[in-house]
Amino acid sequence: MTFEPSERVAGVPPSGIRRFFEIAEEYDDIISLGVGEPDFAPPWAARDAAIASLERGQTSYTANRGMAELRERIAVDARERYGLDYDPDEEIIVTSGASEAVDLAFRAFLDPGDRVAVAQPCYISYTPGVEFAGADVIDVPTRAADEFKLTREALEASGAAEADALVMCYPNNPTGATMTREELKPVAAFAREHDLLVFSDEIYSELSYEHEHASIATLAGMRERTVVFNGFSKAYAMTGLRLGYALAPPEAIDAMNRIHQYTMLSAPTTAQYAAVEALESCGDEVREMRAEYDRRRNFVLSRFEEMGIDCFPAAGAFYAFPECPWEDSDEFAEALIEEKRVAVVPGNVFGAGGQGHLRVSYATSLGDLKEAMARIESFIA
Amino acid sequence: MSDREEILALLRENARYSTEDLARQTGLDAAEVEAVVEELESEGVIKGYQAVVDWDKVEPERVRAAVELNVTLDRETGYDDIAERLAKFPEVQGLRLVSGDYDFAMEVEGDSMSQVSRFISEKVAPVPEITQTVTHYIMESYKERGVEFGDGHDDDRLSISP
Repeated sequence: MTFEPSERVAGVPPSGIRRFFEIAEEYDDIISLGVGEPDFAPPWAARDAAIASLERGQTSYTANRGMAELRERIAVDARERYGLDYDPDEEIIVTSGASEAVDLAFRAFLDPGDRVAVAQPCYISYTPGVEFAGADVIDVPTRAADEFKLTREALEASGAAEADALVMCYPNNPTGATMTREELKPVAAFAREHDLLVFSDEIYSELSYEHEHASIATLAGMRERTVVFNGFSKAYAMTGLRLGYALAPPEAIDAMNRIHQYTMLSAPTTAQYAAVEALESCGDEVREMRAEYDRRRNFVLSRFEEMGIDCFPAAGAFYAFPECPWEDSDEFAEALIEEKRVAVVPGNVFGAGGQGHLRVSYATSLGDLKEAMARIESFIA
Repeated sequence: MSDREEILALLRENARYSTEDLARQTGLDAAEVEAVVEELESEGVIKGYQAVVDWDKVEPERVRAAVELNVTLDRETGYDDIAERLAKFPEVQGLRLVSGDYDFAMEVEGDSMSQVSRFISEKVAPVPEITQTVTHYIMESYKERGVEFGDGHDDDRLSISP
């Protein structure tokens, strides 16, 4: 017996973002617009609640599905903010980051040979996650012409009608695209017609600048076929605390919890205390962060426009996804680091439809954004 | 937030944002930004623009003190009268009427401790309505007008992440 990776692992290539990280790490003077996490610290009250829980020695396991108090708060928050009505005892599971929740759902509901339509460009974990679960991915590229929104046409053209499930993420990483309630309706209709489960990653729901975030699970006939993922990483800048959750009907949460209770047992306890406080008292901080991101978003989009770089008006998350001035976004991004010490992530890393674009994160101070934009401008001049 | 509030918040964050940068961040055009700033200035909402200085890094260092003042009022003299008189002194950088144990919180700046002391004893204390002064010399400044001193916190995030 040797440590030969299993077929499932061997079939999944290392993340393309990793290669890029290694290039960027060679320099210590880069301005990075390649960071996929907030540049804020979590609200103080949330940090303080975590510290207080440690001082009290509250570090034992919690219930598998998460502390009851936290699930109750999540239920209230989801209902009040997005009209998502879920029972805290049976329809919510707290996980180690939304990433764990996504993985649980894939493993709980996919069988070898199942097919999963994945709307792309997207967060880099969905396709490997589906493949680790033994299922096959159907790439569903979205287009700049549609502002990277998922459309019925894109689903039909890619053969998603044959799929068993659909994975989507709005507001989107890496494009910054959002979808309104109206725009979600044809997607929901498609899912109902073709009897698809929907895995909807809504981790950036708090960061929607042009309209209220809409969840596909709130559309008619969708609740019973949708798992909604969310968490505390983006809204409350708690990435390293690793805390997310899933909302779904009781039988779905039950199946996900069966994996979770044997593998993770429970999500980090300290983070759960921080999350209770975040939901209870940190709404103002979230609003301030959102306003700050929005100013930077305006700044970045204006600068691209001034440079003559095509960039659709990204309305969510903290990313812009401009067209790459060169044909090969990988080459461009590499040269930009080497010559101008500015890091962005080439769009092709994020799957189908990403080539020819760049992911530019504005989770960086305005001073750095100004300087980075000036350098990009001089690079393409 | 209204345009006025937004521009005001940005100028409070950094009064040296150019009109273009203000426009880029707010989605207004440059002419609109200029109009709002002009309005804020002419209405007296914005009283001025100043640098936030860390005097520890400047030679010669400036000496600053927070001074508590107690006053007695009479029929002819109110708080405003006393304040008006004190505010005229160039040494006085800040003057506020406050609630609590004393009446005025005054900020004084000078070249040396002896100069500041002399100013308090020769110019402030003799004002007939002032009954008591308590002077606190500022030893170290950690934050001024919302700006934290020190080297700023390091960004410990990975340079590239998904």
